[in-house]
This record gives sequence, C-alpha cells and structure tokens, in this order.
Amino acid sequence: MQIRPILATLRYHKAGTVLIAMQIALTLAIVCNAMFIIHQRLVRMDKPSGVEESNLVVVQNEWAGKPAAGQIAALMAADLDTLRKMPGVANVYATNTYPLSSSGIVNGIGHSPDKRNYVSQTAIYFSDENTLATLGLKLVEGRNFTANEISDLGDNDRIAPAVIIITRELAHRLYPDGSALGKTAYISDKPSIIIGIVDRLQIPWVDSSMAQFADCSTLLPFRQLLNTTHYVVNARPERLADVTARVRVTLYAAHRLRVIRPKDGVQTFAQVRATAYKSDRGMAILMGVISAVLLATTAAGIVGLASFWVGQRRKQIGVRRALGATRQDILGYFLTENLLIGMAGVVLGGLLAVGLNLWLMKQFEMERIAPGYVMTGVAMLLVLGQCAVFVPAWRASHVPPVEATRSV
Amino acid sequence: MLGYYLDLALRSLKRSPGLTALMILIVGFGVAASMTSYSVFRAVSGDPIPWKSSRLFVPQIDIWGPKGRSDASNNNEPPDAMDYTDAIAMMREHRGKYQSAMYRVSPSIVPPDASKHPINVGGHAVYSEFFPMLDVPFKFGNAWGADADAQRAAVVVISDKLNQKLFGGANSVGKTMNIDGKDYRVAGVLDNWNPKPMFYDVVNTGGFTTGQEDVFLPFSRAIDVGMPNDGNTNCSEIPKGSGFVGLQQSSCVWISYMVELDGKAAASAYKDYLDGYFRDQKAAGRFSWPLNNRLRDLPAWLDSEHVVPSDTKISLMVALGLLLACLVNTAGLLLAKFLRRSSEIGVRRALGAPRMAIYMQFLIEAGMVGLTGGVLGLMLTWVGVRCVSWVLPKEIASLAHVDLVLLALTLAVAVLASMLAGLYPTFRASRVQPALQLKTN
Repeated sequence: MQIRPILATLRYHKAGTVLIAMQIALTLAIVCNAMFIIHQRLVRMDKPSGVEESNLVVVQNEWAGKPAAGQIAALMAADLDTLRKMPGVANVYATNTYPLSSSGIVNGIGHSPDKRNYVSQTAIYFSDENTLATLGLKLVEGRNFTANEISDLGDNDRIAPAVIIITRELAHRLYPDGSALGKTAYISDKPSIIIGIVDRLQIPWVDSSMAQFADCSTLLPFRQLLNTTHYVVNARPERLADVTARVRVTLYAAHRLRVIRPKDGVQTFAQVRATAYKSDRGMAILMGVISAVLLATTAAGIVGLASFWVGQRRKQIGVRRALGATRQDILGYFLTENLLIGMAGVVLGGLLAVGLNLWLMKQFEMERIAPGYVMTGVAMLLVLGQCAVFVPAWRASHVPPVEATRSV
Repeated sequence: MLGYYLDLALRSLKRSPGLTALMILIVGFGVAASMTSYSVFRAVSGDPIPWKSSRLFVPQIDIWGPKGRSDASNNNEPPDAMDYTDAIAMMREHRGKYQSAMYRVSPSIVPPDASKHPINVGGHAVYSEFFPMLDVPFKFGNAWGADADAQRAAVVVISDKLNQKLFGGANSVGKTMNIDGKDYRVAGVLDNWNPKPMFYDVVNTGGFTTGQEDVFLPFSRAIDVGMPNDGNTNCSEIPKGSGFVGLQQSSCVWISYMVELDGKAAASAYKDYLDGYFRDQKAAGRFSWPLNNRLRDLPAWLDSEHVVPSDTKISLMVALGLLLACLVNTAGLLLAKFLRRSSEIGVRRALGAPRMAIYMQFLIEAGMVGLTGGVLGLMLTWVGVRCVSWVLPKEIASLAHVDLVLLALTLAVAVLASMLAGLYPTFRASRVQPALQLKTN
C-alpha cells in the first residue's frame, strides 16, 4: 500500500483529519487514566482483610442512661453470655472497632516511650481471648491472650498493655530480622511484650491516606467499658441469616435500656465491606461508564466522518476502479488512511495521557501511571478505529467502476 | 428570516437522519455526564452560609509545635482543633463579636413512655452565641441566654425532627426531657436547619454526614455532667490524668471553635490578639517554638480541610474531558455535513446571500442539534442524578439534586457547546467559492 498518495489526499481534508486525530488523542488520554483509576480501586477493594468474613455479624450497641463503668462491665458480660447462648452462634467478643468499620484509634508504636519517635502507626483493636477464634485470624507465631490477661478499661483511661498481639507486617517493621515474638514494643509509655503474631489483620480504614499502615494492627487485651460497644458475632455455617434476624430482638429482650440503631445497628460483614468500599466501587463504575461512552462516541465519530469521505469520493473511487484497482485496494486505502490518522492521534494522546496523569498526581496525590496502561490504550484505540472504519471502507470498495462515468 | 433558517435546518437534519441522531446522542451524553458530575460537585462545594461566610473565622493555635506533627503530609499546619484550656481561655476573654467553642456529643434520650426504646441522638455542646453567630432559625422559642452558660443550666435546643418524635410537633418550649438520665428544659425548637457541609464542625464530620443534629446544650453544662466527647480526639502525647477530667487537663485537641468578626479591622485585631495570646503563653514557658497561628475565614477553612472530596473533583474533570471530546466529535460531524452541501451554499451565494446569511443558517442548524441534544441531555442528567446514590456514599449522593438552575444550565451548555462546535464548520461553509461549485455541477 502506497502511503504517499494517501498523505497527499489528507492534505485536502486537513480539518477533518485534525479533528479525528484530536478526538482519538483526547479519548486515549482520558480512557488510560480512567482505566488506571479503575484498576487502583479494584486492587484496593480486593485487599484481604485477614478476617473470615462470611459468617460474621456486627452489632453496635449503645447503653441508654449513662451507666457507670462498673455497671457496663456487668451489662457487657451479660450480653456476651446471652449472645453465646443464642442458637446458631459459634463465638462472640466485644470490641471498640473491627476491620473496615472506618472508625477507631491510631497510635504510634516503636522502640521507645517517646511518642514522637515511633516506627510505624498502628490501628488498635481491643480484644479478648475469643477474638482470634471469632474473627478467624491465623496465628502464625506465639499464643493467644488468656482470659486472666484481659482487663477493664474506662473512658480515657490510660492504655498501657502488658502484652500485645500484632500483625506479621507490623512485626516485620518493628523487627525486620523476624525476631519480634517475645520482644517488647512501646505503644504507650510502658513496654508491652509481643506474645503473638497473626498473619494478617487490616486496619479499620480503607482510604489512601491510611494505606501506608493498612496491615499494621495491634490487638490489646482490654474490655473497653464505653457507652458504645461493638459485638462481633461468628455464626455457625448456614446460620448467618437466622442469627442476623434474631440478634436485635434477643438483646432487647435481655435488657431494654439500650440503643441498637434500626438502620445500621446490625450489619453482616458483607454489608460492612460494601459500605466501606462504596465510594471506590462508585468511582470505578463512574470511570467505566465514562470510558465506554467516550469509546462509543469516538467510534461513531470515525464511522460518521469516514462515511462522509466515502460519499464525497465516490467518483474518484469509480475512476480508480475503472483504471484497474481491485476492491482490496480500495478497502486497504481507507483502512490505511484511518490507521495513519489513528497513529497521529495516539502519539498525541499518549503524551496527553501522561500529562493528565502528572496533573492528577500533583492535584490529587495519585500514583504514576504504568506504561502498560498507555500501551493497552493505544492498541485498543487503533483496533477500535480500524473496526469503526471497516464498514464505510467496505462500502467504498463496493462502489462500481461505472460511477466514474456519472456526473455528481 | 429566522423561520426560514429553522425550516432549512430542519430539512437538512431530516435528510440525513442517521448522522443527525448520532450528533444529538453525542451532545446529549456529553452534556449529561458533565452535568451529573457537576450536580455532585455543586452540592459538596457550595457555601453553606453565603451571606456571612467571609465574617466567620476559625482560629488555630500551634499548641504542639513542630514535634507534634506526626504526619509529614500536613506541612507545618497547627492542629485543626483546640484543647480545653485554650478554648476556655478564649471564650472567657471574649474578643470577637460572637464566638463559641463546641464539641460533639451523642447522648441518649429516654422517652417518658416506658414501652418505647431509648433513642440515641447526635448534637453539639455549644455556647449561647452559637445560634446568633450562625443565624440558626428557630421554629419555637429561642436560644438560651448568656446567663444559662454561666449557670450551667440544664436547658436544651432540639431539632424539629426530634420535637416531632418526642412531642408530636407541638410547641414544646418549657417542657422537660430526659437526656442521659437528667431532666433538661426545652428552650427552643429549630426550624429545619441542616447546613451542608456541616461547616461548624468539619473536623469531626468531614463536612458531610448522614447523621442528624438533634440536640444542642450548653457547653458548660455538658462539661459539668461529664458528657463525653463523641468526636475525634487527637493527642500528641498520652494524657497524664485519666477519664474526661484527664482529657480536659491534657494538650489533646477535641474542641472546635468559631468566631464572628465584622470587617477587616476586627479580623486583624483578632489575629493580633491570637498572636499575643501565644506569646504570653510562650513567655510563661508553655511553648518553646516560634509563632505559627492561623485565622482562616470559613471558605479558606473549608478548603484547607479538603471538604470537597478529591473523587468528586476528579469525576468532574474527567466528565468535562468527555464533554470536550464530544465537542470535537460534533465539530467533525458538522464539518462533514456542512461541506457536503457546498453546491447548495454555492447556489445561495450566487443568488446574492451574503456570508453573514450563511453563518446564520448553519449556526442555527448547529444550535438546533444542540437544543435537541440538550433535551436528551436533560433526561439523561435526571436519570444520572437518580443513579448517583447507587455509586456514591449516601451522605454525598443525597445532596445532589436536579433544580431549575441545573436544567437551564444543561440546556445552555448543550446549545453553546454545539454552536461552538459548529463555529469552524460554519466558517468553512461560508468560505465556499460560489463559482467553483456552480461550475462542477
């Protein structure tokens, strides 16, 4: 296929050529970045929490009438007992927060009591001896808390645990040589002994500002006696729906002066997960829809303009056919023409894509786009362009040679 | 003449229905995508109190110093809330026109009817000046007075919604209600007041929350009965004392503060006062680092707290990019369409039509495509805003809505955009040489 005559012809359609190339460039720039954002969000949503989520229900309980810490301890113990006796319940514990809940406490943890000189930030989960079993956490080293290690903690009481269980990632940050078990770490102004290491436990937050310590969690052996408590309930297999349906009524029947919010007081972990990642999922969907609309628009634009060009050049095509050009020649001509415009478009678009990414990085602390996305985008747009132009080109190749003899 | 051009445009558009439909679809989708994103952006970036926002200020004192800034991204910003000591000192010195320290509370209310479950409500502990400062509307009664602040009186201002729930919507001023086991007298009932973003306490809410503000009670009273803080508490070091009293004595920050200052002079005087306060404390040995205070007005404060989510901004940018791509596309299609009619243009020009007439004719045709695309865009925007709740968190999605302004804007953007897209094709059409066209035919 000769390129020179095609280039010569394009000079007569400068405006149309430039517009299509620009369209392709803009589409490439936006679609690459959109795909990149989608991928980032999917990766984030895919992150394992370390918890066996399928059988968990979380109940948020608030006591009415401000009972004192001592009363709360009794009420909480009674609640745990009630829940444990509920048919279908395998295990339960009370805590301040749980993974993906989006609320909780962050502390620095390090090798000295100086709070300003920590090794890593860590999320704090108040736990008891049933926590590991309820959440289904995998203990890779050391041991669980024992019942007599768990102590009561009032509002704003000093947090100074004697023993802690940490995640493998946090252990690695504190002791990169892998010797964390049995050593001490400062999460308060007193040293705490690391008695156990769990494989993985995600922090309560999923937003990017916390991503830096997303797997650095610490379990503290405390029963926090606050007005608001979360009960994490592990239902027996197949009993999740049943337990979820009955848990509110059961708790109210045991003690009336409490608030379990009608809307979100009882949530299965699947609901917790959906809520936590709602904005990520939404962003991915939005970017996907925009990309689809954009690609469809571009394809339609190419079809429209190519059809116009074919219509405009029917006579010339007829002449070429009469002079001996085959149908393949005509088809090839239009495909090549489109490919040339497309290539100009993707070169410009590649630059635009990187530029847009740089701007997003500066404005919104996004990551740098991987070259693979631009490459994929380039290939996708070239293929799309060729597919779009195929119908008008095929129609052009079927212009009969007799067209050359007709006027208009 | 206009009628004639409209007729011509209609005929021309009918002649190639496929191309026309394509252009309308492209304009419609482009406009709908950008308008839907814009409706969300508009909802979260609006000024919650436009008549007063430039007179409301948030003071920040650098009570932690450079060493207290754990997070590196926060570039030398002082803490965005206050500790108890400084908040109380500034309330006592009372240098603004109105001011209020506040913190978030979440008490429970026990209904008198024993068959009903207690309910949990959200709210703030504030000073009496909170209400006139923020122009809070009242349905019944009014705010408590400054004397109630001083006496730590058991009074409460409740929301219309809570009034509905507890008192059936009747005027409940003077009645009592049980909050956390103690009786409070209702001083006032708010009219529907739910500013978005919740600008007086963005530190705890991020600006947007589905939570309802149901009770406001005197700050001094809440401290007195030890009603705990339900919002964030940030500490640079572990409090020495324990419990709520320990928190009050610590350097942890958990109190929001807002002050009204009328005029530039008042604002700069207040800044001087704030700096003077810091120097006095430094002289007393409390701080060892240089002065680093802030006094931002409300718009600047909302901006520094990143109240508009970056996802919303990115979506708007991407949607605008889509609109631009649609414009380029429409321009290409219009170009094709107009130039196809070169012979018609040639005839019109030869018969004496000036360039201006050609311009008019084709811009009207482009405008018609835009108008139809705009109507389609309107419908799609309506659908889009409905679907927003499906992809965005509830507290933000519920704010996006379709109103007359958005409708008018959608149509205007569609028409303007397609006329803009038609500009170059029209220019080219008006340059068609009549002689050349007549000859080839």
